[in-house]
Amino acid sequence: MKRFALAGNPNSGKTTLFNPLTGSSEYVGNWPGVTVEKKVGIYKNKKSGAAASVVDLPGIYSLSPYTPEEVVSRNYILDEKPDCLINIVDATNLERNLYLTTQLLEMDVPVVIALNMMDAVAKNGDHIDTEKLGEALGVPVVGISALKEEHLDALMSAAIIASEQPRKGHSFLKDCLVQNLIDSLNHDYETKGIPNARFHATKLVEGDEIETKLEPEFMPRVDAYKATFKNQTFGTDFEAIIADARYKYISEYLAISETKRVRKASEKMTLSDKIDRLMTNKWVALPLFAIVLFLIFHFVFGEDLLYLNPMGVVDSTFPGDGPFAGLFSNGGIASLGVFLQSLLTDCTNWLTDITRTGMSNAGAQAWSIGLVCDGVMGGLFAVLSFLPQIALLFFFFSILEDSGYMARIAFILDKIFRKYGLSGRAFLPMIMGFGCSVPAMMNTRTLSTDNERTSTIRVIPFFSCGAKLPIILAVAGCVAELFGFSHPELITLGMYFLGVAVALVCVLLMKHTTLKGETPPFIMELPSYHLPQPRALALHVWDKTKHFVKKAFTIILASTILIWFLTHFAWNWSYLPDEDMGQSILASLGKLIQPIFTPLGFGSQLNGGQNGTGWTFGVAAISGLIAKENVIGTFGTLAASLGHVFDPDLDENAAGIAYVLAIAKDTGIGIPGLLSFIAFNIFAIPCFAATATAKSELPKGKFKGTIAFWLGTAYIVSMAIYTIGSWWWTCFIWAGVFALALYLIHLYNRNHPLGKKEVA
Amino acid sequence: MEKSLNSFVMGESGIIVSVKGEGKIRRRLLDMGITPGAEVYLRKKAPLGDPLEITLRGYELTLRKDEASYIYLQSEGTKEGKE
Repeated sequence: MKRFALAGNPNSGKTTLFNPLTGSSEYVGNWPGVTVEKKVGIYKNKKSGAAASVVDLPGIYSLSPYTPEEVVSRNYILDEKPDCLINIVDATNLERNLYLTTQLLEMDVPVVIALNMMDAVAKNGDHIDTEKLGEALGVPVVGISALKEEHLDALMSAAIIASEQPRKGHSFLKDCLVQNLIDSLNHDYETKGIPNARFHATKLVEGDEIETKLEPEFMPRVDAYKATFKNQTFGTDFEAIIADARYKYISEYLAISETKRVRKASEKMTLSDKIDRLMTNKWVALPLFAIVLFLIFHFVFGEDLLYLNPMGVVDSTFPGDGPFAGLFSNGGIASLGVFLQSLLTDCTNWLTDITRTGMSNAGAQAWSIGLVCDGVMGGLFAVLSFLPQIALLFFFFSILEDSGYMARIAFILDKIFRKYGLSGRAFLPMIMGFGCSVPAMMNTRTLSTDNERTSTIRVIPFFSCGAKLPIILAVAGCVAELFGFSHPELITLGMYFLGVAVALVCVLLMKHTTLKGETPPFIMELPSYHLPQPRALALHVWDKTKHFVKKAFTIILASTILIWFLTHFAWNWSYLPDEDMGQSILASLGKLIQPIFTPLGFGSQLNGGQNGTGWTFGVAAISGLIAKENVIGTFGTLAASLGHVFDPDLDENAAGIAYVLAIAKDTGIGIPGLLSFIAFNIFAIPCFAATATAKSELPKGKFKGTIAFWLGTAYIVSMAIYTIGSWWWTCFIWAGVFALALYLIHLYNRNHPLGKKEVA
Repeated sequence: MEKSLNSFVMGESGIIVSVKGEGKIRRRLLDMGITPGAEVYLRKKAPLGDPLEITLRGYELTLRKDEASYIYLQSEGTKEGKE
């Protein structure tokens, strides 16, 4: 089967083309640089039956050696030698798109140009002569519309025909002052029998990092030429000369067919411009953005969508216990996210109940019922109950991303982020962290430097995810009940802010200590706004939720079974019913590690009571290292095993509060300890799934440091909360230690400057 | 008058004369079409004054003032209908 590769600029419609070609469910975003991995699909012509595999390369602007996307694409074409390269070109932005084309055409590979968005060109009243363009480039050009799926078969037929014949690389440079040098080097490469000679020769002259290492023997030729070379505009800057020659060639010969579309202020504003003028307006932009974020989180997590509750419009007992009771919570109307969640919980509870009844009727052993209903189903359903909200969150973020607003958010916020050594792009993954760390970490692939990726991945878990919310809610609710504090939501909000604040401090600290380096550049295309396509949205949401479901059925399922096992078996492998958990393996482990948590306020100082429950908080925190969903569940199981009886009709949040309350009363833990417990859960190792993602996404050699960073941060922040909360004057000690640390870092950096500009 | 892009005012346009800087940032600027001879129009500044949004070669590009300071242009002044 033929192998085709799809290459083109970010946002040129590459993924939009890939989807109908291969019937794949790859996600498309209106955010420059969404595809970073190579993805493969199979194309099949319905009429002729011709088939080919299609590789979707990451979107790139050039084949320079500086970004991972560019290196991946470059190596693929050079090393894997696809039968034909399909270069997708955005016809509405011909000039810049063809810049990449001129580089691709230097390689010895058959090329077909897919001139995309021809429908939009026609709509603008412009015309592009594809044949003339094809003649100028020496390769076939097929006008298509990837969105409307027009002429895709024609494109593939052209690619199949083109792949039959080998093609030699060709230069597309005008008035290039170093053309002679390129030509003669090309000859040398050819004589040496190196394929893609022209490409290598050109890159060598450009002074390309990869190329100069690859063939160092030719480098003296370039240097010698440089020594005799003189030019007024460019000096001996061959890189600029070649870039300039490419663009000159394009505007002279290739962009001719396009009506020059250089936009002036006097030109009529497009709808996209009008939207943009509002969205990035000097005064409105930031408040508008805050409102958009608030609305999204309110729609997903809001318990009282229209704020009917404070107005007392709906009687709180309405509508009682009907099937749609989840739509109404305490007299208000729940948001879509909360409603779907309660609907799903109703279904899963029902399933668990009939399984339990069925098994006990069939005379199953107590331990097997426990394993199936409490271990497997209980754990799995607890995780899945977050699915509606996570999917909905992804849905809204996808709209932001696909519409092009996300790129503007980066534009608006860049100045703030730069202070932390990040770019505005880092905002997207961080804010996604509020949903789930796993996709958030995967999204850091769009960041341009290793340092930026590392520090962003490290702080993503501090943007407290959906799974941590139940912990915060339950413990905050417990604090409120225990100590007569009527605003648990303030604690919740405060914890979210604490997470963000610690994240910012940590990013700053890392910037000046372990992750020193230049602030990454922020040179990014701002795509036009467009309405998100329902199909693409659906695919996007599916793609992201898939990861979550996968995580639920693999790692979390395994860990819940493990936890269940540890809580229901003693060291002598005998099965323990719930009420004997005090003798379980987990309990003895908990007692062992208890002293570790003493400085954090939930360790040995807790009074065990007659049940000896002081270890509960430590064990719950440890189970949270596997999955945050376990924490409240652990409280529930432990509380039940200690003889507490709970009303089975309580909704999830109320139940969580009741569990924690029971344990808190038993152990006599105070407010500082409880708050420190929340903080520990926010900052410590996120969960197995996120940890695994971090390991695969972090640059080499950064993983162990990241684990230590998470544990260290959690320990320090929790200890600070506990000690300051218990003895207020310790805040002076903390401030002193912090100031001393800052001073030492400053002193160290002054004596060990990094590079010329790097004075921290 | 020749001046750097970060000293442009909103609505001002000019022709690029030279691109300074080095390494990665410079290469990126060149790749994005910021080469001598190209026409640039400063569309907008971000609400906090930085980064900038420019129109060149028929598309919109955003870059920081730091990066814009490497780009020297022959100013053509502001066009009528300033945004």
